[in-house]
Amino acid sequence: MSKNVGIVIVSHSADVARGTALMVEQMVGREVPLGWCGGNPDGGLGTSVEAIMAAIDRAWSEKGVAILVDLGGAETNSEMAIEMLPESRRGRVVVCNAPVVEGAVMAATEAASGATLDVVQRTAEELTPV
Amino acid sequence: MNKIRASVLMRHEVGLHARPSVKLTKLAKAFESKIDLGLSPDGPWVDAKSIVKVMATKAPKDSTIYFRAEGRDARAALDALVTLVNEDFPDGP
Repeated sequence: MSKNVGIVIVSHSADVARGTALMVEQMVGREVPLGWCGGNPDGGLGTSVEAIMAAIDRAWSEKGVAILVDLGGAETNSEMAIEMLPESRRGRVVVCNAPVVEGAVMAATEAASGATLDVVQRTAEELTPV
Repeated sequence: MNKIRASVLMRHEVGLHARPSVKLTKLAKAFESKIDLGLSPDGPWVDAKSIVKVMATKAPKDSTIYFRAEGRDARAALDALVTLVNEDFPDGP
């Protein structure tokens, strides 16, 4: 079990999600548990609650999981996925209000130092224009 | 406790962009001392452990990076950071 907060990337596009995950792995490293998902089951654009839940499971850490999302449904489906988690995990997963690619790299850099979920989320959200 | 200082010329081809910033921040976070980074000996200073702030400095190639640190492992931290920049941000283990 990792001592670092996990990062989940949720995009409408599988290519964007996979590419973002590759950037995190290559720029930050593999010490941060990582999950990603994108696209609908037919191979088109979209997001799915089931896929997001599976991605949270892959990135699971006892310290929690920070989710980075792109647009609209990615956010609402991520919130729905969090609500459907077991109660013991629900309070340790957050959706960050940050751009997906930049936020994922920033959040992972923070997470790699062993920071708490709250600090990881704040670092990703530091990027958001006011 | 006094702040100690160090500076180093950065030769990295693209300057302090995304990858070098991530490496520098990760290394800074490995030390408990407070570490600041600036592009002039008088600052302004940013927290070297903040990835967002380090990346936002956008230090170009051939700029000198100034560090100041305060804490128990300040000397070791500055030695490690100067080495990282001197060795052109090598990939870690």
